[in-house]
Amino acid sequence: MKKQFAPLIIFAVLVLFLAIGLTLNPQNVPSPLIGKTAPQFELPQLNSAERFSPQQLQGKAWILNIWASWCSSCKQEHKLLVDLAKTQPYVIVGLNYKDTAAEANSWLQRYSDPYSVVIEDAQGKAGIDWGVYGVPETFVIDTHGIIRHKFTGPLTRQSIEETLIPLMQTLQSEVQS
Amino acid sequence: MKRFLILLYMLLFSLPLFAAIEEHRFKTPQQERDYRQLIDELRCLVCQNQNLADSNAELAQDLRRQVYSMLVDQQADKQQVVDYMVQRYGDFVLYRPPLKTQTTLLWAGPFLFLAIGVWFLIRLIRRQNSMDDADDNS
Repeated sequence: MKKQFAPLIIFAVLVLFLAIGLTLNPQNVPSPLIGKTAPQFELPQLNSAERFSPQQLQGKAWILNIWASWCSSCKQEHKLLVDLAKTQPYVIVGLNYKDTAAEANSWLQRYSDPYSVVIEDAQGKAGIDWGVYGVPETFVIDTHGIIRHKFTGPLTRQSIEETLIPLMQTLQSEVQS
Repeated sequence: MKRFLILLYMLLFSLPLFAAIEEHRFKTPQQERDYRQLIDELRCLVCQNQNLADSNAELAQDLRRQVYSMLVDQQADKQQVVDYMVQRYGDFVLYRPPLKTQTTLLWAGPFLFLAIGVWFLIRLIRRQNSMDDADDNS
């Protein structure tokens, strides 16, 4: 009796493992940077002679969104970012990754600009330091300059409402207390 | 002969021939060895099942350049390059994952399965032997 069921049990265990495997997203590689100080960089701002470095936002919780005009899923999340910028007072820094100023500008004109500041990483050097491998990526940095969360791939309405906004609220209350 | 010529033409115009070739100059043969080994063992995170050597993704090109400049310009050793990559991309960037508590199953798993297999094999052989004995007795 027991023997007959053995293959069935093995099969069931296998199905269970495969089912768990199917629900995981292989693109979601845990970032080793979470809980660490945000990597520094100094990059030119788009349409401005000034440069930007994360140090300038010390003491503020902010969002770093990495995007490019050649990235099609950036278009998907862009609407959501525009909405977010309208409804929330967050500092959203847009890092234009491996792109040209002309392309970036026409893209922002066409789809509107939700960013507090846009910086250019034409060589992708800062991207390497931040462990960027799939644009769009979004980082949340707290008031002490520590990376608290990373979204790989396009933001969704759900991930913004359930993760991003609550996290930003806790980070901002940290500074008031 | 004709077949041979066709084959020759096909080989001459096969796609890999047209693949982009990056030229790198190394100061020492050691550097070149390290470079080859590193791009062989580091994963391209965009295309996940390819290493840096095989992948033509933009990120893979950038990371190859980074590996090269660390080895040649900054005189870094292999471990420094590996640490640099792991700091940014995590252990996932390594095709040869380090032995840690999280990866014990990964490393011990094959031996575990081997042990289970051997156990079943021994049981099977024993049972067959005892069946043969039973046959002999009858």
